[in-house]
This record gives sequence, C-alpha cells and structure tokens, in this order.
Amino acid sequence: MGLSNDPDPKLAEYAHPERLVTTEWLAQHLGDNGLVVVESDEDVLLYDTGHIPGAVKVDWHTELNDPVARDYVDGERFAQICAERGITRDTTVVFYGDRNNWWATYALWVFSLFGHPDVRILDGGRAKWVAENREMTTEQAKPASVDYPVVDRDDTQIRAFKEQVLAHLGKPLVDVRSPGEYSGELLHMPDYPQEGAVRGGHIPGAASVPWARAAAEDATFKTRADLEAIYQQEQGLSPDDDVVAYCRIGERSSHTWFVLTHLLGFSKVRNYDGSWTEWGNSVRVPIVQGSERGSV
Amino acid sequence: MTEQTTGALPPQLAELVDDFASVGPKDRLQLLLELSRELPELPERYADAADTMEQVHECQSPLFLAVEVDPDPERRVHLFFSAPPEAPTTRGFASIMHTGLDGEAAGDVLAVPDDFYTALGLAEAVSPLRLRGMAAMLARIKKQVRAATAA
Repeated sequence: MGLSNDPDPKLAEYAHPERLVTTEWLAQHLGDNGLVVVESDEDVLLYDTGHIPGAVKVDWHTELNDPVARDYVDGERFAQICAERGITRDTTVVFYGDRNNWWATYALWVFSLFGHPDVRILDGGRAKWVAENREMTTEQAKPASVDYPVVDRDDTQIRAFKEQVLAHLGKPLVDVRSPGEYSGELLHMPDYPQEGAVRGGHIPGAASVPWARAAAEDATFKTRADLEAIYQQEQGLSPDDDVVAYCRIGERSSHTWFVLTHLLGFSKVRNYDGSWTEWGNSVRVPIVQGSERGSV
Repeated sequence: MTEQTTGALPPQLAELVDDFASVGPKDRLQLLLELSRELPELPERYADAADTMEQVHECQSPLFLAVEVDPDPERRVHLFFSAPPEAPTTRGFASIMHTGLDGEAAGDVLAVPDDFYTALGLAEAVSPLRLRGMAAMLARIKKQVRAATAA
C-alpha cells in the first residue's frame, strides 16, 4: 500500500520520515499511480493562479468545515470530497500549500481525524516548489471519481474539546499564537481579522511557542535538532508528555501538532480546535494575562 | 436589502455587484480571479514609499492602501493598492474597490453601504471570514476620504 518513502537524509532524522516528502521526490513521482497531490491554501484563489501539475485543491474553510455546525465534515461528506478527487483509502496523499504549509498541515490533520493511512507533507510547500522554478500549471486536474469508504471521524486521539482541556489543566499546553495574543494585548493575530473573543490572554500554564518558529526561511521544517532545541530543551516538553496545542481557531496549532507528532515523535498530542475563540469567550474558564505562563 | 444596497452604489460598483450576483458561486470565484489580475500596478511615487501607505490589518494577507482626493469641487477619490501576487483573493477584493470606486466623488464613496459586499454573493465561495477583509478595506478608504475632505 502507498508509495515508497522519500529517503532524503534530512527527513530521515525525523521520528516519522514517512510523513514528509521533498520537492525532488515529488517531482520524480508526479503522475505515479496511487499518488494524489492536494493543495490547501489560506488564499482560496491561489490554486487557480497555478499549481503543481495534477494537484487537486481542498479548501479548509469552505470544504473541510461543516457549513453550519462549528465542526468538521462528517464521514459521508469526507468520503465524497476524497472520491471526487480520485483519492481511495489506499492513496498516498501529499499535501502542500502557502504560508509554510500552515493550511496543508491543517488539511492533513483533518484527514487524520478520518484515519486516512498515508498522508504526507511536501517539505517547503508551495513556496519552495515555486522558488525552485518547478513546473506549475493552471490546468484543472480532472481525476476520475473513485470509491472512498464512509469512515467515522475519530475525535478521541488527536482532537481536544474544551471540557477535556479543562481537565487537562496542569499538564503541558502549547499556545502557538503570536506573543501579543498570548499576553492578551491583541484579541486576534497581527494582520488577521478580528475573530471576536471578549477576553485576551492564554490558558493557564500554556507555554508560548509561536507556530512559525518551527519553519525555516525557505518554508521547510527546521531540522530535528533545531526543533528539539525549541520544544524539548527550551520548553522542557518530553515525547511521552500528554500535550494539547491551541491557537485561535485550530489551524496554526495543527502545524505544531504535526511537528510534535510526526517530526519529534511525541506519542500523545491533541489539537484543541475550539482554541481561543472558544476559550476566550467561555464563561468561567480561567485565563491568564501577561507574558507569564501562570497556573490554575 | 439588495435593491437598496445597489441603489446607493456608484455605477461601476453597481455593475460589478450585478456581474457577481448574476452568476453561480464557481463563476464568482473566476470573476474575482480575473479582477485580481487587473489590479493596477502602483505608480512610481508609491513604489519606494510603502511606509506612507496604510496597512489593512484585517486582510488575511499584507495589503497596503493609499487614498488621494483631488482638490476639485467634486473631490474625486483615487485609490492605490499593493498586495503580493500570492494573495490573489486579497488582490481581487482590492480590484473590486479600485474598479468600483476609483475616480468617484468623495461624497459617493462615503455613501457606499458598509455591507455592500454581501450583495456580491461571495460568502459561500470565499467564506465570511475572508470577506471581512473587504469590509475593512472600505472602512479604511472611507476614513481616509473623511480625513482628506475635512482638512
């Protein structure tokens, strides 16, 4: 099942090298049977301006989110999304996108809620592919529709809900937002729209590690040693810790979830997708303002 | 609401709203993409002066805006935008503003309803969160026009 792993030595350092591919590997495998490349961007039009040949698009906002409930799509809708894109349960899905793969990791995380077995990230994402002058096309991929089974979403392993975070207080939490959001000075991330939270600050005890610290200049992930220096040496997290990551609506923290889970091999990391828009608006949940972690 | 909104819009903007409203969601995205390609380049006097432009922080991508108001009695408004090519949605929003409002009298720009963009029918295709960037752009344009005409 699935394609061979990318044997690149940088990737080999990571705990789960099978979760990443290099631009070189992808260029060589484009068009292989059993591979579907998925672009997932912040900008809803970016795919249409040019994309990796054969890549299909999944929009995190309008497709992976349920249009009514604040939740992800259900198994039936997910099966339809995959089927229309030529993705079977055995397909190797390689995600890439803009902005350091931020939304690509989010899409991968949602695919992981449905237990899709072989999901990978293109290290460096769209930016690196473009910087290397690799082929792009505006031709829409038209995959033949295939069958994808209706699989129940499993929210128990990698997703955390507010009540679970309340019960988790005192254990490791990672706040991946900007320092201004963490301290409570800003109610939204710099340059981004207000997503109304009536209180600023962070969850008591949460460490502040802005998500983009995990990305290198060229949008690739930092090396394993550099990531260990941040999360393990500097923040004192340990791979057997029970960790919850959060941001504002759960997208930035999916990037950190990917780093901790697949690059550093942490065994229990959950993404709290309700994040600050839920926590900062909830009655009687404890919050901390200022730059100190605080405690319950 | 749509009727009222269109009624108060300058002709070019009203035409754009009609164009968007008359097609389905997929074609609306295509229209936005075409508009993103039509956003004029910044004139040279702004090329090295990004710091004199105002950043629209509400947009999901870096967007800079400059507003000039003619000294003539009409107080015609001229709009200048800067957004990177890898942010086509933001460029598309800016282009809607430019196509719809550039050259209009200050009073007509100020009279554009703040929620005019809802009539474009983009919420389904683009998502409401992303659309807020356009509301913010209009708010900042109006603020600058007010400041320029009060002086």
